[in-house]
Amino acid sequence: MTPSVIELPVSAADRRVAWLAALAVGLSLIDAAVPSPLPGVKPGLANIVTLLVLYRYGWATAAWVSGLRVLAAGLLLGYFLAPGFFLSLSGAVCSLLVLGTARHLPARWFGPVGLSVLAAMAHLGGQLLLVRAWLIPHDGVFLLLPLLATAALFFGTINGLIVARLLAGPDLQESFHG
Amino acid sequence: MPDLRPWLAFIRPGDWLILCLGAAFAASGFAGWMGGGVGERVLVRQGGQIVADLALHEARELTVTGPLGSTRIEIADGRVRVAADPGPRQYCVRQGWLARPGEIAICAPNQVSVQVQGRTRLYDTLGY
Repeated sequence: MTPSVIELPVSAADRRVAWLAALAVGLSLIDAAVPSPLPGVKPGLANIVTLLVLYRYGWATAAWVSGLRVLAAGLLLGYFLAPGFFLSLSGAVCSLLVLGTARHLPARWFGPVGLSVLAAMAHLGGQLLLVRAWLIPHDGVFLLLPLLATAALFFGTINGLIVARLLAGPDLQESFHG
Repeated sequence: MPDLRPWLAFIRPGDWLILCLGAAFAASGFAGWMGGGVGERVLVRQGGQIVADLALHEARELTVTGPLGSTRIEIADGRVRVAADPGPRQYCVRQGWLARPGEIAICAPNQVSVQVQGRTRLYDTLGY
């Protein structure tokens, strides 16, 4: 009797998504290790990967990488299906939706920095709306908005600059294709 | 001090626009903090005396008695209104729901007022 073998064809694109998602998960872990002065204020380093992928491989790949990152980081950090997971998910979905629109802005005027800030703001907005609707049903949560928006602005700018630097650098051209 | 100029070159004109809008948004939020923020408490006065100091987020009804009869006050969903008042012109009833700090409904004939307060008070007192 020959054992039947189920072959799942893995394309180069699949491998690429897996590699990039793994990279994003690594950055998420660093993110979680950085002490935060206020819940919700985080560098969001994984967004660097999302944005890079958006520029390099398009929106669909970015959505895959982002979704896998949320799932795997949730499992690794132990908050899978806990409130934090859904906050992470709603933030990722909102920022992907905004990036999906913002990437059509003329590239002459809008670069990675602008997109990164928009994504960070959308991330914050998605999370805060979920918190308001589900976890803390009181308008008082919006009092945190200016503080969180300042953090999103700051980290969004830095992440965007990193993406711009990586996109400009020649040393990155081939490293993701391997 | 490292040279920041090569980094600034990455920021395109539209990016500056987004950064400025973001900063303006955050700044307006901080300005909102100064302006009292979110309504938190309800002060009910009768004849100038505070007769009730209630949380805005706890639903309840309250009846205050004045010279004309009873004024019914309703708190629900983080806002407050005068549900019924014996006054002839019904101004305070028609004002509807109040939620922001500083908002006030005055039922002058029955000498009842309902005021929303935030964490910081906008003014010490209001004479009428």
